[in-house]
Amino acid sequence: MGLEAKLNNDNFFTTKIDALIEWSRKNSVWPMPMGISCCAIEMMAVGDPKYDIARFGSEVMRFTPRQSDMMIVAGTVTYKMAHVVRKIYDQMPDPKWVIAMGACTSSGGMYRSYNVVQGIDQFLPVDVYLAGCPPRPDNLLNALIQIQEKIGRTKARDFQDRPLPELPVLQNN
Amino acid sequence: MIMDFKELIPQKIKENLANLNFEQSEYRDELTLYFDKKDIVKVCNFLKKDPVLEFLLCEDITAIDWARRKNRFTVVYHIFSLKNKFRLRLKADVDEEECSIDSVSSVWRTANWQEREVYDMYGIGFNNHPDLRRMYMPEEFEHYPLRKDFPLMGIPGSLTLPKKEE
Repeated sequence: MGLEAKLNNDNFFTTKIDALIEWSRKNSVWPMPMGISCCAIEMMAVGDPKYDIARFGSEVMRFTPRQSDMMIVAGTVTYKMAHVVRKIYDQMPDPKWVIAMGACTSSGGMYRSYNVVQGIDQFLPVDVYLAGCPPRPDNLLNALIQIQEKIGRTKARDFQDRPLPELPVLQNN
Repeated sequence: MIMDFKELIPQKIKENLANLNFEQSEYRDELTLYFDKKDIVKVCNFLKKDPVLEFLLCEDITAIDWARRKNRFTVVYHIFSLKNKFRLRLKADVDEEECSIDSVSSVWRTANWQEREVYDMYGIGFNNHPDLRRMYMPEEFEHYPLRKDFPLMGIPGSLTLPKKEE
């Protein structure tokens, strides 16, 4: 941001809280890699030095939903798996975003069948749909940039005083 | 010593298991034996424990839904003799009214899950099975997806999704 030049002169600068929060928030989107099937391989490729998701501040793949901001649903979601995906989504703290990666997650894809959910937007609020079967790693980076633009349009108070979801207490599984 | 198992197996069954009716057919060099469903455990036990045959490996258990035939289902067993490198197919018809067959999981332990899969997909019951639960579909699902009368896109409302709050 070229802040160092400012610091040399007066040692302070003025900005809006909103702008600062949004800038830091969108450059540190920690993904929850919900890798269910083959799209997850392309998602792994995004982390390697060739595509390097670290350039966008999202290299910290968190395998616990409680530390992540964005869920990348990469793979075919069956009806049985849908409950697990939703449970993990519910555990993520607000604010949170969802990428539906690939044809299967967006629309069921080639699995036009009784056991595959025909689009995860039936049970999750999706922010970015990502085309491809599987999508190229560049395409996932593009989706991340879209998410960053979306975060850039939010205000910090949009997520203030948001009630926590009431989760059912499960006795088994 | 080269033995012709396609002749030896029916002959041995006839010698050792009296009063047991079966038919046989051969297609593309593979032998298939057709049994009555009440004899299936007896036959499997014999084929596994006979010192010459030793069908130790139960490769697969599956079923066929003939939709409009009188005996609607056929349960198919693929067994393999590691010693003789010989593959054998056993078939038994199952009626829709009395939709069950004896479990062979006491003979081959691997049959436990294979029979659960057949039960899940075709709704064929297995008597004396130790743990007959669904394999792939959720426990509360009431239909059998690989039956011919099951629609490809499923039955609406039969599988639940999590609620989406707006």
